[in-house]
Amino acid sequence: MVDFLTAEILARAQFAFTVAFHIIFPAFTIGLASYLAVLEGLWLKTGNDNYLVAFRYWLKIFAVAFGMGVVSGLVMSYQFGTNWSVFSDKAGPVIGPLLGYEVLSAFFLEAGFLGIMLFGMERVGRRLHYVATLMVAFGTLFSAFWILSVNSWMQTPTGYAFNEVGQFVPIDWWAVVFNPSFPYRLVHMVLAAYLTTAFVVGGVGAWHLLKDKTNKPARIMFSMALWMAAFVAPIQIFAGDLHGLNTLEHQPRKVAAMEGHYETGTRVPLILFGWPDDDAEKTKYALEIPGMASLILKHDIDGEIQGLKDWPKDERPPTAIVFWAFRIMVAIGFLMVGLGVWSLCARFIGSLYDQVLLKKAAVVMGPMGFVAVLAGWVVTEVGRQPYTVYGLLKTADSLSPIAAPAVATSLAVFAVVYFVVFGAGTLYILKLMARTPDNASSGPESGKPQRAAGTTPIAAYDTEKQETKNV
Amino acid sequence: MFDLPLIWSFLIATAILIYVILDGFDLGLGILFPFLETHEDRDTAMNSVAPVWDGNETWLILGGGGLFATFPLAYALLMPALYVPILAMLFGLIFRGVAFEFRWRDPAHRHFWDFAFTTGSITATFSQGIALGAFIQGVDVDGRAYAGGWWDWLTPFSMLTGLALIAGYALLGSTWLVMKTEGRLGEKAVRYARVTGVATVAFIAIISGATLSLDPRFMATWLSWPAILYTAPVPFAVALAGFMLWRFLSAKMDYRPFLTAIALFVLCFIGLGISLFPYIVPLEVTIWDAAAPDESLLFLLVGTAVLLPIILGYTAYAYWVFRGKMKPGEGYH
Repeated sequence: MVDFLTAEILARAQFAFTVAFHIIFPAFTIGLASYLAVLEGLWLKTGNDNYLVAFRYWLKIFAVAFGMGVVSGLVMSYQFGTNWSVFSDKAGPVIGPLLGYEVLSAFFLEAGFLGIMLFGMERVGRRLHYVATLMVAFGTLFSAFWILSVNSWMQTPTGYAFNEVGQFVPIDWWAVVFNPSFPYRLVHMVLAAYLTTAFVVGGVGAWHLLKDKTNKPARIMFSMALWMAAFVAPIQIFAGDLHGLNTLEHQPRKVAAMEGHYETGTRVPLILFGWPDDDAEKTKYALEIPGMASLILKHDIDGEIQGLKDWPKDERPPTAIVFWAFRIMVAIGFLMVGLGVWSLCARFIGSLYDQVLLKKAAVVMGPMGFVAVLAGWVVTEVGRQPYTVYGLLKTADSLSPIAAPAVATSLAVFAVVYFVVFGAGTLYILKLMARTPDNASSGPESGKPQRAAGTTPIAAYDTEKQETKNV
Repeated sequence: MFDLPLIWSFLIATAILIYVILDGFDLGLGILFPFLETHEDRDTAMNSVAPVWDGNETWLILGGGGLFATFPLAYALLMPALYVPILAMLFGLIFRGVAFEFRWRDPAHRHFWDFAFTTGSITATFSQGIALGAFIQGVDVDGRAYAGGWWDWLTPFSMLTGLALIAGYALLGSTWLVMKTEGRLGEKAVRYARVTGVATVAFIAIISGATLSLDPRFMATWLSWPAILYTAPVPFAVALAGFMLWRFLSAKMDYRPFLTAIALFVLCFIGLGISLFPYIVPLEVTIWDAAAPDESLLFLLVGTAVLLPIILGYTAYAYWVFRGKMKPGEGYH
């Protein structure tokens, strides 16, 4: 039993655990930063204070989520070296500069303008404050650009050669950055972040509308989120399909695991549900639609699709995890489309804010984006196993020369620290979300120094001044 | 053609120096936190760095990320060697980072988050100091891999550098407070700056001596003729800076003590550079052996040349926006 807990397994568990925690926050803050920019822009353009109330409401939540994203991301950037030093030495020359560009173009931009965005309205005025908000939003998008370029290169490496000491050496940066799977992955992830945020915003809006359906800022949140669901969720399914076809071209092993196919063949059925068993090399209890997988993947019912048996056993990903994570992601995607269509119908008959069931459904769907993002991430990362750089560098050969007890101890401390810290953070975010979005509750509490690190509404904007100006 | 590894070693060292100075003063506030007894003083101290600490910490990511990008071999050798201090630093930074948010969000547990802020700051600082000491004393290397154990970093020398950095960051933090606050808190800060200033200069002297005794090559670098002509001004400059710091504090100057404290750090960095050049893993691997291929170095250099001045520009702007003295209870609104 203890033999099973090798340094490799422990290091993988540690990376999976820390990255799973981390990915939650960028997925949320990428979308939220853009949303804040839209809200502030609408407020500046229309002068409608309800946009400002919504802006301040989400700004506080953004500050807490962003802080947690920064500290959990800091951990990731050092883990390459501590647990995966051989990978760092070999792949560093290619992916290091991309991560360097992420720091230079994204992190500094976000961190540099965050202070102004949170505290600076009084000091720099509205116009420059809006510039700061936009810079933070751009920063999150630049960050997504580079990090997905790195991740995609590890999935579909191009533009490299090997040098005499076995390092990957870049020979064509254009090919490295814009590697074959990068555009698909970037679009899929940014849309996922936008949808995740939209469903959180919509869920919170719906929650408050259930209590008071006349609340204006809550209506804004609810309505904007459902427009997003109605139009972007279908686009996401389309983008996901293109991404899948790209994966089939470059990582057929991963697609075989996603589909639960062990046998190569034509007229391959689409397995809706089942239990992939890697030892028996077949998917048990399968519920199938004949020929459908060939039709979807090859757009030809007689198309040939490779099964996992085409590769040696030690070069296949763990099938069941990939298979199930993929189904969870797709199911949530279709639920999102469903809610979007429902909202369009409700809008059409003029009862968007009246249907209690719709609002309740939106509340339930609120956190689903996170589940989908995590599931999608499992598909793409576990599906890449047993490689860190697909087909070229095995995970087992990427590890630091570090003893298992060291990795075990640090993993245990990570678990405790993360649950305390991020548990507390999630609790605070939920508390903030429980407050009704209106001027009174999102304004400053009197009698206290309300200057939270990044969360004071009055710091972002002084209401009284604006009201006098509007009058 | 340019000597790209040389340029990059200079840039990475600069990024780390900027990190040490910038995060140094806000970590220093965490170290001083237990001595700022009232909530009001603590709030003022925290508010004085709240808008900028995020940017300060980003330089640490640049230092680590830059080392990974440009000297991957050094990164791969040093990180496993410094496994425990690096992770301890990260845990410390997690707690102090979220404390900035949480102590405001959750007044019921403010004592806990204040404690987390202090402990996190001290842990992070002590770990960074230990990592520095372990780095200077060198690590076991076999081929392209770290060959030592995971407790090799633990020596009297690394403990000493750990304590020294606590004193040094506390000095940066207290001189920052001298600059940013006035009244009772400002006067308190002057007292802390005196104590930590004396401690810092004493630590610099002790560690300099201890470093020379680590390896005869360090001794040769500093004390052989005619090298001594170039190296001797450094300790004199340190002594002068220490003297000026005391004078500025006595004369109740606002920002000069902070600048002098920064000067002490810059001088130590120069001293470190003289000792270690051209090694990036001390006395084992040179910057040219550890460097990534020129294609990688050049690709990142082009972007850095464009982006770094812009970053310095808006960082300076952010500091400018939040310039001036803090008053108790007053925030930036």
